[in-house]
Amino acid sequence: MAYTFPEEVLEHVFSFLTSDKDRNAVSLVCKSWYEIERWCRKRIFVGNCYAVSPRIMIRRFPEVRSVELKGKPHFADFNLVPEGWGAYVYPWILAMSKSYPWLEEIKLKRMVITDESLELISKSFKNFKVLVLSSCDGFTTDGLAAIAANCRNLRKLDLGESEVEDLSGHWLSHFPDNCTSLVSLNIACLASEVSLLALERLVTRSPNLRTLRINRAVPLERLPNLLRRTSQLVEFGTGVFSADVRSDFFSKLTEAFSSCKQLKCLSGFWDVVPAYLPALYPVCSRLTSLNLSYATCQNPELGKLISQCHNLQRLWVLDYIEDTGLEELATNCKDLQELRVFPSDPFAAEPNTTLTEQGLVAVSDGCPKLQSVLYFCRQMTNAALVTIARNRPNMIRFRLCIIEPRTPDYLTLGSFDTGFGAIVENCKELRRLSLSGLLTDRVFEYIGAHAKKLEMLSIAFAGDSDLGLHHVLSGCDSLRKLEIRDCPFGDKALLANAAKLETMRSLWMSSCSVSFEACKMLAQKMPRLNVEVIDERGPPDTRPESCPVEKLYIYRTVAGRRFDTPGYVWTMDEDAAVRLT
Amino acid sequence: MEGYSRKWVMQGGEEINHGNSEEKKLELRLGPPNGDWSSSEKDETFFPFSYISKDNHAQKISSFLQLQSTAQKQSQMVQESSQTVCTKTADLQSTEKKKAFSQTATVHNSAQKRTAPAPVVGWPPIRSFRKNLASSSSVKSATETQNVVPNKSASKKPMEICQKGLFVKINMDGIPIGRKVDLKAYDSYDKLSSAVDQLFRGLLAAQNNPSTGGNEKKEDGETAISGLLDGSGEYTLVYEDNEGDRMLVGDVPWQ
Repeated sequence: MAYTFPEEVLEHVFSFLTSDKDRNAVSLVCKSWYEIERWCRKRIFVGNCYAVSPRIMIRRFPEVRSVELKGKPHFADFNLVPEGWGAYVYPWILAMSKSYPWLEEIKLKRMVITDESLELISKSFKNFKVLVLSSCDGFTTDGLAAIAANCRNLRKLDLGESEVEDLSGHWLSHFPDNCTSLVSLNIACLASEVSLLALERLVTRSPNLRTLRINRAVPLERLPNLLRRTSQLVEFGTGVFSADVRSDFFSKLTEAFSSCKQLKCLSGFWDVVPAYLPALYPVCSRLTSLNLSYATCQNPELGKLISQCHNLQRLWVLDYIEDTGLEELATNCKDLQELRVFPSDPFAAEPNTTLTEQGLVAVSDGCPKLQSVLYFCRQMTNAALVTIARNRPNMIRFRLCIIEPRTPDYLTLGSFDTGFGAIVENCKELRRLSLSGLLTDRVFEYIGAHAKKLEMLSIAFAGDSDLGLHHVLSGCDSLRKLEIRDCPFGDKALLANAAKLETMRSLWMSSCSVSFEACKMLAQKMPRLNVEVIDERGPPDTRPESCPVEKLYIYRTVAGRRFDTPGYVWTMDEDAAVRLT
Repeated sequence: MEGYSRKWVMQGGEEINHGNSEEKKLELRLGPPNGDWSSSEKDETFFPFSYISKDNHAQKISSFLQLQSTAQKQSQMVQESSQTVCTKTADLQSTEKKKAFSQTATVHNSAQKRTAPAPVVGWPPIRSFRKNLASSSSVKSATETQNVVPNKSASKKPMEICQKGLFVKINMDGIPIGRKVDLKAYDSYDKLSSAVDQLFRGLLAAQNNPSTGGNEKKEDGETAISGLLDGSGEYTLVYEDNEGDRMLVGDVPWQ
């Protein structure tokens, strides 16, 4: 039947398939579908920039308009990946600048992007619209100035949580006067002061602006003026949220917030002075997303604010919310889907707030739509985890961090095997899981047996032997990313499941028990895997073969080994392995 | 070393674990705990520091430059000999640097932060810019003490200070790994210099004698890096001001 359709018709049909998975499936049907699909693929997602080369991507997909690339391993967020590791985007930009003149969107995560790359972007793509840099580094405000000056149709500039070298706040004034296309501007991660005048002028001439997240350096006093010009905002991130408390200013601020009739998302609130929070009350009922994870304020102010946000779907907050605040949340916010509770003082030896397992249990009980949790706490019980699992079988992401490694259930003093076992057994749709607390190999047996849809698993300070890793690798059918630190997992489990690694995007193991010898054998066995040993102590072949490597990063690739590795990364080479053994 | 590795092979998992955690502990000697040093804070200020080996000056600088993202800006520097840099230093007390160091004036207790009892790098898994939030005025204020000696109370971090940490990246000639330090954690050049010594000593030892890396105790191959400030040692601490000029660290009084 398919053969009777002209190409144009198939192209049109394919255009309704938006997920990468579906597009990939379509391209596997037959040669002609593969051909048609590749010519009309407009969006590309590359989950690991070293899994494929720009050349291969361009050869197969000549008409791409939007590219999303990810670089460093996730553990880079927590300083486990040394400086200079790689994930340089320049080769991609260079290749695309020649082949994709009509490229409109670039989204990067954990990549190194230089000012040179930003300038190349700004000058190569005539209709460039969207630049998203999440947790990227390597660039300065000069690069941003180039983007501002040259991208005449820019709609979105999102610096995410990037590390920008802040040379000058004047880069904002490089947006030309006729730039009126901005829909989204997020500069919350910038440290230094931006030119407020330039910012105000820019937002004034951006009638379509829906998202604005300013940085900490913008004083609260300027918010009313800014909001008056941007009353169409849907998402707003404040700067510093403190000022001398003056009643006339308070009413001005309240008025400014209430004038934003479309407002749904709020963030920012650095150095918040609780006395100003009531200025938000008029908009609370509109909010679906509230990020208070920088708002170092306590109850009752915190709870009072949150309990008025009846339509809240996402809440990020510090542990100052405490169990009592979470109980209020559970009572008042029935639409809550995502909750993240961050520690205000993660390195304190003793708890500095009353946040326990009780708070999470309450939310799991009161919020039927809850499906995504990130929860830092200092005490937990298996009973609580079992209750949470039974309350919320719809959970998709469950990340629990009990701050002190290997903490047992404080009631039974036992491991959390049964608690996490209950999570994976009850939450059939679970895609992401982070484990913490005292755990034996048994929990991995449960995970391997039940977590069939799990895609990403983070493990730290857990397990007793190779068996733990073996259960995960042999049991979790959908696993794509596995990251492990400080676990006694080693050669046997890794080599026994070598073929599994090719079905995954990547495996990170640091401070585990994988020997250099096993790394070499793995590379030899699986030529399409890049097996990279990261060792800051010097070349691994100067130590005994059986000596465990510091860090190991393994990923599948069709691009072969990479050539931009720094001195502390050794790519295991299948030929070298043969030579050495 | 041979003996050691045989030992844990024979004894199995337990011992391997032990070996690893031992290594981890030792590794921490290379930098302040909490992992703050190797990552960015949102509100940090950068200006690159570097060591320059006195021998083979130009060549080493050029190798150093490859590590820098701002390489082009520095390229003019390559031609300059260290002599010119020195003479320039006297009159070029850059405002950048003045500003940077003047902020440290009120800092007395930052060493507390360095000694906070954080056993492992990267744990708990929190992005570095979240680490110092417990600060603000509305929350109970941090107890500020004048104590710079490492002690148990270290967990009470000097909040106000952490919040506006002044981070700089330090690169050492011939060492591929850069380190970040918080200038506000020190109150004198001497303290900074000894911190730099601590940060790089192990890396330098590993570089010079890679075989000592393994299971052996780190101290064995390590020697102190001395003379960082007065130019009497093999390495000299220099920084680059906001105009891209290299200056000797220590020429301007620590404020």
